Amino acid sequence: MNERKYFDYAATTPLDERVFKAMQPYWTEIFGNPSSVHSFGQQADHALEEARRSVARLLNARPDEIVFTSGGSESDNLALRGTALARREQTGANHLLISPVEHHAVSHTARQLADQSGFELEFVPVDEFGRVSARDVAERLRPTTAVVSVVYANNEIGTINPIAEIGAVCREMGVPLHTDAVQGAAHLPMDVERDKVDLLSMGAHKFYGPKGVGVLYIRRGTPVLPVQTGGSQEHNLRAGTQNLPLIAGLAEAFRIAQEESEENARKYRPMRDRLIGRVLEEIPDARLTGHAVERLPNHASFVFKGVDGNALLMLLDGKGYACSSGSACRVGNPKPSEILLATGLSEEWALGSLRITLGRDTTPEDVDALADDLPDLVAAARSFSSQ
Amino acid sequence: MSNMPKVVVAMSGGVDSSVAAALLVEQGYSVTGMMLRLWSEDGCEDANRCCTPDAMAQARKMAGQLGIPFYVIDAKQTFRQTVVQAFLDGYTAGVTPNPCITCNRQVRWGLLWERAKALGAEYMATGHYARLERAEDGQVSLLRALDKHKDQSYVLSGLSREQLAHSMFPLGGYTKPEVRELAQRFNLSAAERPDSQDLCFLAGQDYRDFLRRHAPETHRPGLIRSVQGEVLGEHQGLANYTIGQRKGLGVTASRPLYVIQKKAVTNELIVGYEEDLGSRCFMAGPMNWIAAKPLLEPMELQVKIRYKAPLAEAVLFPPEQEGEPARVETRHPLRDITPGQLAVFYQDERVLGSGLILST
Repeated sequence: MNERKYFDYAATTPLDERVFKAMQPYWTEIFGNPSSVHSFGQQADHALEEARRSVARLLNARPDEIVFTSGGSESDNLALRGTALARREQTGANHLLISPVEHHAVSHTARQLADQSGFELEFVPVDEFGRVSARDVAERLRPTTAVVSVVYANNEIGTINPIAEIGAVCREMGVPLHTDAVQGAAHLPMDVERDKVDLLSMGAHKFYGPKGVGVLYIRRGTPVLPVQTGGSQEHNLRAGTQNLPLIAGLAEAFRIAQEESEENARKYRPMRDRLIGRVLEEIPDARLTGHAVERLPNHASFVFKGVDGNALLMLLDGKGYACSSGSACRVGNPKPSEILLATGLSEEWALGSLRITLGRDTTPEDVDALADDLPDLVAAARSFSSQ
Repeated sequence: MSNMPKVVVAMSGGVDSSVAAALLVEQGYSVTGMMLRLWSEDGCEDANRCCTPDAMAQARKMAGQLGIPFYVIDAKQTFRQTVVQAFLDGYTAGVTPNPCITCNRQVRWGLLWERAKALGAEYMATGHYARLERAEDGQVSLLRALDKHKDQSYVLSGLSREQLAHSMFPLGGYTKPEVRELAQRFNLSAAERPDSQDLCFLAGQDYRDFLRRHAPETHRPGLIRSVQGEVLGEHQGLANYTIGQRKGLGVTASRPLYVIQKKAVTNELIVGYEEDLGSRCFMAGPMNWIAAKPLLEPMELQVKIRYKAPLAEAVLFPPEQEGEPARVETRHPLRDITPGQLAVFYQDERVLGSGLILST
């Protein structure tokens, strides 16, 4: 095995040492149940609320607008299902408007609401970069729209959406806007007031926090029905004893991510752009997917015509490069990514997708080594007999 | 970093391939596991017996336990175009093909090996029970497994010498019980899939239904004739019958009748009495000659006319010209010489070569 290089920070990140440290007291020392009356509980509750205050401050939100969940997917589920059902109960709203480039946690939830609960599901179009425009959203908004969901920054193609503009048109219509900021929150300064969002999802492990913990921001007054019922934790919206070590880790990781986001972006962008430049120059029949400028600073994604993306990933792994593909499929049954198809790519292109995401440990030398090896590996994958 | 050669193991999730991988890891090779994703019909994509989700999960678990990389390789299209097509074409031509042979030659030692090579592998290993002997001059011989009950050299005999040269069969020197013990020693709780004669892509269905859907001409009714040429009835498509079959012919006679021959050209089924069955002579080709010693003059050897058949004493006559079929004369008549199956030639332990049994 060659020396391994990790280029899949959009999939997950290693835990930051500072985060690891911040979590330590809450395994064995401060172990109380935050809901308990006694001092053990109070100690835990204090730490929990500190974490909540910290996350709220960083989002420019209020602590009672922060719900801790088990991760981005749960947050997306609670946002969509909880708001759709509550809005229908209150106002009869029966229309869901989402983009075709949502994470499955959003799109499959919306699909289930349509199939099983009778909601009308509509997709707002995207341009060739996978970008949603506020005007397209405005044209499709109805008084009976229960909730709109548009991803902040797409995980597969890195495109950043004009959320503040979309937020403005939704706010004007009085329709709640949810944004899946699982990728965005890891790299971009978040501000729910600036962006006029009503619901925002994120997960800690995308920004060097622990896996299994996330946040749903719910703007005060947004109707949400709980999806997980039981105790009254998390403002009655998410039953279950809070996982304090992970929540403390999330709060610390989010603080670091937000405080260091500009510095990191300044470090990643030149590497990202050099990689994109070299790939497009040195590999025939290669295209960048997503927007060239409005994209996550650490995110480069491509399609190569006539390549089996999975075979390419295997070849890269064999050389020690851990990358990803939009149509990632480890059971060898590749299907083109819906997101790439939504940007207008043909199947022949879409099957050959590659995502390279940079992170804390990535060096310019690593990026150049990858760019050096990639042309041969793409050529090798292309030479494979029928796919 | 290991300086030992890189070996890709074709894994199935079963005991055999898992132990094969474990042995290679123990011997210090740089081992990578791969598994093929094969084709089955729309609607039962996950039911191909060789790559069910269970089998894949099992193989992944084994690889994880052994600490080796593992990849699933999509071979659906290639499998459909080669193995399944050859199966359909075979039955359409009135012969009884053996898809596993095609799969080994074209998919495992074709597409999978291509991927393995691209990853830098020098060898490909499988959990087959067979042995390879490497001479000093680099010549490779294929030998029967030590465990004669498990010997799988038959299904490997379609491989070329070049393909065998980069193969490894780590289990060839072990018996099945020994392999089970090894699995225990390696702490591999691999499932044992019952040996099955069913074809993986049929996903548990009857092959005749499959043929009816994909090659309807195999179910064209035709005449049943006696060896003497007398019309005895009508058959429901030659694909429904195998040489030597006695039951289900739908023809009444004073004595039991057997399928003697399937005539694809006239779509006729030839039946006869027990004494009409069996032959001492057939043609096989094209020859895949593996042995170092060329076939230049008639050779006394043993032949196996199907996977589970016993070895039969025979003489193999070299073809007039290379690439042409060879004549085989067995010492005793064989009852079920079936065109489309592989005739494999042995001299004691050694596999000399193989050739498809041709229609007479």
